[in-house]
Amino acid sequence: MNEFQEKKIKFAWPEPKRSYDVVIVGGGGHGLATAYYLAARHGITNVAVLERKYIGAGNSGRNTTIIRANYGIPEAVRFYQRSLELYKHLEAETDRWIMHKQKGLLNVAHTESALRTERARAEVNTAFGAKTEFVAPKEIKEICPQIDLTGGNVWPVLGGSYHPEAATARHDRAVWAFAEGAMKRGVHVHQRIEVRGLTMSGGRVTGVETSAGPIAAKAVVGAVGGHVTTLASMAGVRLPIRTHPLQAYVTNHYDLQFDVIASSPGLLFYMSQTARGEMLVGAEIDRQPSYSYGSTYHFLQHCSHRAITLFPFMRSLRILRQWTGVCDMSPDYSPIMGKTGVDGFLVTTGWGTWGFKAIPAGGEQMAQLIASGETPELIAPFGLDRFASDRMMADRGSAGTH
Amino acid sequence: MSLQISCPHCGPRPVEEFLYGEIPVVPDSITDADARDLDRAFMRNNPEGPQTERWFHLFGCRRWLTLRRDTRTDEVMEAG
Repeated sequence: MNEFQEKKIKFAWPEPKRSYDVVIVGGGGHGLATAYYLAARHGITNVAVLERKYIGAGNSGRNTTIIRANYGIPEAVRFYQRSLELYKHLEAETDRWIMHKQKGLLNVAHTESALRTERARAEVNTAFGAKTEFVAPKEIKEICPQIDLTGGNVWPVLGGSYHPEAATARHDRAVWAFAEGAMKRGVHVHQRIEVRGLTMSGGRVTGVETSAGPIAAKAVVGAVGGHVTTLASMAGVRLPIRTHPLQAYVTNHYDLQFDVIASSPGLLFYMSQTARGEMLVGAEIDRQPSYSYGSTYHFLQHCSHRAITLFPFMRSLRILRQWTGVCDMSPDYSPIMGKTGVDGFLVTTGWGTWGFKAIPAGGEQMAQLIASGETPELIAPFGLDRFASDRMMADRGSAGTH
Repeated sequence: MSLQISCPHCGPRPVEEFLYGEIPVVPDSITDADARDLDRAFMRNNPEGPQTERWFHLFGCRRWLTLRRDTRTDEVMEAG
């Protein structure tokens, strides 16, 4: 958070207490949203959010800010549609402008099998509450006039699906809105406090060891991005997570308006226009697991090639900057939320490359789980136990990139 | 990622020529056979630090090599 925002919002930064009802590790979107909904919906305010750097420093400040619900499996469609609706009302609820803008998302297909996937996506979405329609090339050109339907004669656009409710929002502002809403209700948010260990007693987690001393808690929630394996191993919990870097870049200002979020699941590439007019482009994760935040020239080359082929106007733009985040990837490309098998320790993880859009629903459902002790129906399919019971939520085709 | 991997057959080559291959390591503390299978199939150590890994030189000699890499810095410590 920058100095200007701190002055404007007038956050109070209290000294940490020695004990809380709930300690949330990780001051990103998911951690702060969990704290916010605990305070706002359940009246649980004896809560601390511990952040190693500053709030929103990790993937909450590095994502490409896309909100959508056009997933491929019923459980995911229901969950992300809930999140999409919460985002719609977040400005009214928190009284903070998060620059939420409905844009619509276009998935294009370059092969017959991709076309079948998009048709199936439209059907599954419609059946489970999200609005997605199957579109022909002619309609695609109307929705997005800049697209080259021949795909440079390499990747012809055969059709696709259109998801009109998809939106973007300013990621930092979403984080600050949740932080402010939580802190106004008495939640403590502690920046620059690093969790170094978990306190265990009688097989359950009873608190955290931090750089500011031990803090006791009735429940500890791991809401860490990327580094969650290390945190969970302190409680003896094994996670099916690999941490991969994900890169993105923005170009300089594009003179015209580019209304839609354009995406090609087959090419693992997508782009949208930011509020400043820059074109924001993202692609797939780096192949090898890594915690380094290094960016590569290969990514720029690879990604620009796809962008220029589908959208020839991109040729005249220049790349302004690129950045990298580290993503916790699950084997089935779906999140892992809820109980871990160790009492007093919950996780919300596996947010891979698709975490930003899930912030409100993830926070709301985790808060409900903490308040009631029962896993809510909406996130029950996404439990850590699904791997042992062979109920994988496989949805790579929807979650691959953004 | 460090930009180059030293292939014992081809010399230093860009990382994009290689495929990453992981080595699942099941902790000794897990003794039950089913639990070991589950761990081997899904769970990962995902260390923040050095790990031993396999790489396949897909666009080169098409042979496997083993190396140790620090996942915090992407520094390759030893090639085998």
